[in-house]
Amino acid sequence: MPDNVRDDTAAHAEHASLAERAVEHRQQASVEEAAAARDARPEAAEPIFDVRDVAVFYGDHRAVTDITVKLAKRQITALIGPSGCGKSTFIRVLNRMNDLIPTARVEGQVIYHDQDLYDEKIDPVQVRKRIGMVFQKPNPFPKSIYDNIAFGPRVMGMKGDMDEIVEGALRRAALWDDVKDRLKTNAFGMSGGQQQRLCIARALATEPDVLLMDEPCSALDPISTGRIEDLMLELKANYSIVIVTHNMQQAARVSDMTAFFTVELDAGEKHRTGRVVEYAPTDKIFTNPDDKRTEDYVTGKVG
Amino acid sequence: MTGAEIAAAARTQNSVIPRRSSGDATRSAGFVLLMYSAVGIAFVGLGAIIWDFASDGVPVLSWDFITSFPSRVIPANSGIESAIVGTIYLMIICAVLVIPLGVMTAVYLEEYAEADNWFNRLIEVNIQNLAGVPSVVYGILGLAFIVRGPLSMGPVLLAGGITLALLVLPVVIIVAREAIRAVPPSIREGSLALGATQWQTIWKQVLPGSIAGIATGVILALSRAIGETAPLLVVGAGVSLRFNPEGLDSAFTALPIQIFAWTQDPNQEFVARAAGAICVLMIILLLMNSVAIWLRNRYEQKW
Amino acid sequence: MAEPRLAASSGAQGVRVDLTRTPTARSRFETGIKIALMAAAALSVLTTLLIVGSLLFETIEFFGEVPVSDFLFGTEWTPQFSAAQQSFGVIPLVWGTIYLSLIALAVAIPLGLLSAVYLSEYAPNRVRKVVKPVLEILAGVPTIVFGYFALTFFSPDVLNGLLGIGVGVFNGLSAGLIMGLLVLPTIASVAEDAMSAVPASLREGAFGLGASKLQVSLRIVFPAALSGIVAALVLGASRAVGETVLVLVAGGQTPNLSLNPTESFQTMAAYIAAQARGDIPAGSIEYLTIFAVGFTLFVLTLLLNIVSIRLVRKYRQVYE
Repeated sequence: MPDNVRDDTAAHAEHASLAERAVEHRQQASVEEAAAARDARPEAAEPIFDVRDVAVFYGDHRAVTDITVKLAKRQITALIGPSGCGKSTFIRVLNRMNDLIPTARVEGQVIYHDQDLYDEKIDPVQVRKRIGMVFQKPNPFPKSIYDNIAFGPRVMGMKGDMDEIVEGALRRAALWDDVKDRLKTNAFGMSGGQQQRLCIARALATEPDVLLMDEPCSALDPISTGRIEDLMLELKANYSIVIVTHNMQQAARVSDMTAFFTVELDAGEKHRTGRVVEYAPTDKIFTNPDDKRTEDYVTGKVG
Repeated sequence: MTGAEIAAAARTQNSVIPRRSSGDATRSAGFVLLMYSAVGIAFVGLGAIIWDFASDGVPVLSWDFITSFPSRVIPANSGIESAIVGTIYLMIICAVLVIPLGVMTAVYLEEYAEADNWFNRLIEVNIQNLAGVPSVVYGILGLAFIVRGPLSMGPVLLAGGITLALLVLPVVIIVAREAIRAVPPSIREGSLALGATQWQTIWKQVLPGSIAGIATGVILALSRAIGETAPLLVVGAGVSLRFNPEGLDSAFTALPIQIFAWTQDPNQEFVARAAGAICVLMIILLLMNSVAIWLRNRYEQKW
Repeated sequence: MAEPRLAASSGAQGVRVDLTRTPTARSRFETGIKIALMAAAALSVLTTLLIVGSLLFETIEFFGEVPVSDFLFGTEWTPQFSAAQQSFGVIPLVWGTIYLSLIALAVAIPLGLLSAVYLSEYAPNRVRKVVKPVLEILAGVPTIVFGYFALTFFSPDVLNGLLGIGVGVFNGLSAGLIMGLLVLPTIASVAEDAMSAVPASLREGAFGLGASKLQVSLRIVFPAALSGIVAALVLGASRAVGETVLVLVAGGQTPNLSLNPTESFQTMAAYIAAQARGDIPAGSIEYLTIFAVGFTLFVLTLLLNIVSIRLVRKYRQVYE
C-alpha cells in the first residue's frame, strides 16, 4: 500500500537519528536525575499506583506474590523479566482486567488516587475508563477508524464534539496526519503499526491518566516499534505509562524506572510464582543492579 | 554393526526403488472406483428425485395453480394458495418466536454462563439432545400441550407456528453460539479495557460482529422448518382448505401437508398436482438458501 | 448516562476521582439483562421437561389400561380394531422401525463413508466445490419429496420395472432404500468433518514412510477419525429411526412382523403421524397409543443421541 511505503521510507530516514536522539534523551535525563536525586528518589514523589503486597491467584495456584512498588506519575515504568514470570498478570492487576478470568483472585492493595482499586465498593468499569490498556496484538474493532476512536467516549457518555474528541486522540497518538482523509474507512485495512497506534489513540480518547501497555511492539516490525517508542516518550508528559516488555533494549531506551521480575519454583518444584526482584531507576538496573539475578538477566547470562 | 559400517554397506548396495506391486495398484483403483460410484449414486439419486417431481410437476404450474384453492374433487381446479399462504404465515410466526429466544439463549451461554455451573451444563446437554429428537415427537408435544391440554388452542395457525419454533429452536441456538464464538476474545478485551460494560460489549461489538452468521443460520433453520410435514400432521393441520388462514386462531394448512394429501390420492391427476406443489416448495427453499449463502458471502466478518 | 468529563492528569491534584460502584440505572439494566437472558436459556430446559412430561403422563395412563408386558412383548398391533379384538403389542412397530432403518443404513453407511473419504482425502478442490453443495442440497430436500419419489417412481419404475422385483405399492424395501439416500448426506458430512480434522502431520508422516494414498486414508486417517465416524453413523441411525413421512407415504400403514421387504411396513414414527390425524377423542385408548409409542420412540432416539454425543466428546480430547 502506497501510504505505508511512503510512511516507512520517511520514517526510515528518521530512524537512523532515533538512536542518537535516544542517547541524547538518556544523557539529559541523567543530568536531571542527578539533580532530582539530591531531593528525593523519583519513585517516591507522588506515585500514581501505590502497590502494597499484591499477590494474584488462579484457583489455588499463586501466580505472582509479594509485589510492593510505587509506580511513578508521568514516568515510564518498564516491567522486564523472562517469560512466564507474571509481568502480564501484574499489569492486568492495575486495571482490574484479571476480573475477566473466573478463577483469578487478587490479594493486597492497589492505591490509585487515594482509593484501593480492589476495595469491594469499587466498580471495575469505572476503573477501566480512567486506566487505559494497549494489548500485545493490535485489536482494532471491525469498524471505521472514526468509530474505533469514538467507541470509548460513546460508551462513557462523554460530552463534547465527537469530531474534536476523535481528532484530539488521533493527534496525541501521532496518527492524525496519516488517516485524516480516511476516517470512515475500516480499521482492518491499516498496517500493523498503524493499527497499534490506533489502539493507543482509542485508549487515549477516554482521557485516562494512565496507559498500560502489554508488550505493545512485540507483534510489530522494527520501524513501527521505533515510532511507538517515540510516541511513548511524547505521551510521558501527560500520562503515566507502564509497559511490559520482553525486549531489554526497549526498556533501556524508553523507561525511567524498571522492575525486574523473576519466577521461582516452590519447594516441591511444582508451582511457579513470579515476584519483583529489583525496582530502581532504569540506568541503575542496567549498569549497576543490586541483585545478582538482575545482573545475570540484563547481561544475558541467563534468559 | 557400528554406524560407520552401516553407512559403508549402504553405499555399496544397489539402491532400487521397488516397483509398486500390481495387487496394490488394483486395490487402489478398485477403491477409487467405489468412491466414484458412491458419489455418483448420490448425484444420480438427487437428479432422479428432481427429474421425477419436475417432470410431473412443471406441466401443472401456472398462475392459477398458485392463486386458487384446492378442490377435493376436481384436480384441474386445485391450486395451492391456501398452502402457500399457510407456509408463509408459519414461517413468520416461527421466526418471530425463534430469533429472540434463540439468540438470547446463545448470548447467555456464550457470554454470561460459567462452564462449570450445573444449571448451565444442564442447558447445554438439553440443547444437544433436543436437536436430535425426531420431529414427530415435537408434534406430540404440540398436540398434548398446545392444541389440547393446558393451552387448548385447537389445531390453529399459532399452534403450528409454536410447534415448529420449538422444533428449530435448538438448531438456532447452536448456530448462533457458533457465530458468537467466532468473535475473537481480543475484541471483547479491547472493549472492556475501554470501560464498556459487559452488555455494552455484547450489544456494540459481539452481536454486530456475529450478525451475519446468525442470520444465515436462522434462514437455514427456517427453511428446514417449512419443509416439515410430521409435526404439522400430528398437530392437526387441515387438508385442502378453501380459505387462507384468517388469524392466529384459524385453521391452517401448509405446502408439505397439501403435498402429502395429494400424493396419497388414488387419482393420478391429484398426484401430479402434488408434484407441482413440490416444485413450488423447492423453489421457495432454493430462494431462501440462496439468500442465506449470499448473506454469508457478502457480510461474513473475517477476523 | 453522562459522566462528568474528569480533568486530565495535569494539574488535577486534589480532584477526588470517584470509582465507586453505585447502583445506577445502567447497572440495574445490566443485571436485568442477565436475568432475561438466563430465563430465555431456561426455556430450552422447559421444552425437554414438557416433552418428557407429556409423553410420560399419558403413557402411564396407557399402561393403566394395557399391561406393560402386553405392550412390550405382544406381536400384534391392532388398535384400530374394535375393543374386543384390539391388541397392543408394539413389537411389529419396533421391528418395522429397526428393519427399515437397517435397510437404510445398509445403503447410507457404505455410500456415506465412501463419499466422506473421497471428499476428505481424494477430491481436488474444484471437484469438492461441486460435490459438497450437491450433498448439502440432498440434505435439504424435505422428506415428503423423498416420499413422493419413492412412491411414484422408485417402487413402480425401478423396483418393479427396472429390477423386476415384485413389490407392493407400499413396501419396506422402497422406503428403506430411499431412506438410505436421505440419511446419506448426514453420515457423509459428519464423517467428512471428522476426517478433515485429523492433523495433516499424521498423513505427512505416513506418506513420508512410503505409504500409498489408499493406505494412508484407510489405515491412518480413518482410525484416527473413528470416534467422529461412529458418531456420524449413530446420528444417521437416529435420523432413520425418527423418519416419519417417508415411511408413511411409501411404506404403508400396516404393522408387519415379517422379513419380506416387499410387503408394507409401519414404523413407530409413521404410526404416530397416521393415528394422530383426525379427531380422536382425547383420553381414548387410541389417543393414548400415540404417547406410548411416542415414548418408546423418544427413549430409543435419546439413547442413540446420548451415545453419539459421548463419542464426539470422548475422542475430541485426543486432539486437544
